[in-house]
Amino acid sequence: MASVEFKNVTKSFGEFKAVADVSFDIGDGEFVCLLGPSGCGKTTSLRMLAGLETPTSGKILIGGEEVTHLHPKDRNIAMVFQDYALYPHMNLADNIAYPLKVRGEPVAQRHGRAKEVADVLKIGHLMDRLPSQISGGQQQRTSLARALVYPAKVYLFDEPLSNLDAKLRLEARGFLNHLQRDMGMTAVYVTHDQAEAMALATRIAVMDQGHIVQFASPIEIYRRPATTFVANFVGNPPMNLVEVEGAQVDGKLVLKAEGLTIAGLAMTDAIGKALTASGKLTLGVRPEHLGIAAAGAVNTITAPLFANENMGPESLVTVDRGDSARVTARIFTDDHLDLSKVVTLGFSAEHVHLFDSAGKRIPALGE
Amino acid sequence: MKLTIPAFVGRIAFSALAALIGAIFALPLLWFLFAPFNARAELGLALPDPWTLNNFVTVFGNSYAVQALWNSFIQAVGGVILVGAAATLAAYALSRSSIPGKGAVTYILLLFSSVVSGSAAMVPIFLIVSAAGLMDTHLAVILTFAGGLLPTAMFILRDFIDSIPKSYEESAMVAGASPVQAFFDVALPVIRPGIVVVVVWGFVNIWGSFLIPFILLRSDSNMPASVAIYSFYSEAGTPIVTLLAAYSLIYSLPVIVLYLFVSWKFGFRFFGGIKA
Ligand SMILES: Nc1ncnc2c1ncn2[C@@H]1O[C@H](COP(=O)(O)OP(=O)(O)O)[C@@H](O)[C@H]1O
Ligand SMILES: [Mg+2]
Repeated sequence: MASVEFKNVTKSFGEFKAVADVSFDIGDGEFVCLLGPSGCGKTTSLRMLAGLETPTSGKILIGGEEVTHLHPKDRNIAMVFQDYALYPHMNLADNIAYPLKVRGEPVAQRHGRAKEVADVLKIGHLMDRLPSQISGGQQQRTSLARALVYPAKVYLFDEPLSNLDAKLRLEARGFLNHLQRDMGMTAVYVTHDQAEAMALATRIAVMDQGHIVQFASPIEIYRRPATTFVANFVGNPPMNLVEVEGAQVDGKLVLKAEGLTIAGLAMTDAIGKALTASGKLTLGVRPEHLGIAAAGAVNTITAPLFANENMGPESLVTVDRGDSARVTARIFTDDHLDLSKVVTLGFSAEHVHLFDSAGKRIPALGE
Repeated sequence: MKLTIPAFVGRIAFSALAALIGAIFALPLLWFLFAPFNARAELGLALPDPWTLNNFVTVFGNSYAVQALWNSFIQAVGGVILVGAAATLAAYALSRSSIPGKGAVTYILLLFSSVVSGSAAMVPIFLIVSAAGLMDTHLAVILTFAGGLLPTAMFILRDFIDSIPKSYEESAMVAGASPVQAFFDVALPVIRPGIVVVVVWGFVNIWGSFLIPFILLRSDSNMPASVAIYSFYSEAGTPIVTLLAAYSLIYSLPVIVLYLFVSWKFGFRFFGGIKA
């Protein structure tokens, strides 16, 4: 196991910067997720760490040693590919044992080790099969076994669960979480699925258009998203964002928007600064912090009902504020909600997030 | 479903016509199967009476004819090994590396390939082979065919390799393999069906060629079977049909066997990428 460091790493394809001046540190034993929408540069970052792509500029260190221009074979890493990349002409035993073969281990020894790992992953009985003769979930576990069969400094995962159906994905995710607790491996895990990142990561790097927008623990990212982009990407459903007009009245921050009734909020220097730049702010409230409230109450959003989805343990209630500006509440009840045509959703002041006109988080009082 | 009478008659007429056309195409093949076993074979189609293997005995008694089959084999196998190995390595490099202008290289080569083994290049090829002192050697034929077939072989293989995910070799290299190891352990076995196609295609091409060996070879002992068939003519220039037919059948067997073998072993199916 080893630490990983990116120092001002940039990767350009022609004019286009797929990864732009990215710097971060990953501690020994950390499980870091690169999270972001498709095309934001996650895979490119991972491939540079693996040595499959050379940075245009910047440095990459593994265990304190610079590896920027080192061949992949000399980095002692393991990687699980999105398409699994199982060798179609080798049976599972040879597939899993391949890293040991190139390390010169005798055949009996490497097959023994492959079987051990395969047994843990519950594919030990399939060792004679070819990859085309096993199911997708088994293929995924085979590629995982091939990565785990030798002690690597860093384990890399590129959307390893994206080709599995929903149920298998949950199962595999739980297993990876267990594995991380068991082994304490240093891992970099690429995903566009925020739930996967939240469940697995010790820290998440949220990426957007080649940049890292926020690099923090899952809880921190959930509680204090650095930008509206992060707020809108993390959470299921994501945070509700409402454009508001802000003004200082009698030492309090007063917010105005269609259908919004909110008590004056405590002013801070940061809010003051944002207001001088522009009166336009964004108010954020997570769906799970909204509930059904009495019409006319304070700290509420009132709008026509758009959808009322009962999911079993919870209901998703969506109201439409016009121009597709929708607000969704996640209400934990297994009863059917009987709602009128116009619904009032309430929240408490402590759950309010504020963002300035550029989309940056305005720290709350005491942050 | 019920057919109306005119439709029914139409179908019968169509089937009859199709059968007739099929038969016309099948006739030469039937001659090809019957004549070798007929002691009095002529250019007309006739059932052998009695069936005999005498024609084959005569062919195998003719040392020149047997030597020619062996020569064909040497030239075809030599050419195919050269084309297969060179095309695999070249196509792999063209597919996987990021050489600028590699697309243009492939197309220009392909353009010239039709020239090299074509009759337009006969004179320059003759002069080059002669200057290299290779006249009347197997090597001359092998090299000429390798040069002529290589671009197309590269083109076919490059297309094939392009369709195979890079992640095979990438995962091998991440696992600790050198590029050479990754090529031999992982890429080559996956590319193999493509190589087989190229090899079969090259073999059939060389085996069946007449002009190039005819021009580059002098002595009877080096001539391939395609040229040797010429020897089954009488002094007067009329073909000795019995021997010609038997020899033709023997001459075509390797190609048929090769096809059957490949279709049994590989089924002419390609694999690559992930199968769900
Ligand atoms: N080899 C390449 N050549 C040109 N552009 C590329 C190449 N690889 C990736 N890109 C571009 O870089 C951007 C980031 O790609 P990638 O890292 O694969 O995104 P992600 O994994 O986050 O979906 C994309 O816009 C993609 O089109
Ligand atoms: Mg990707």
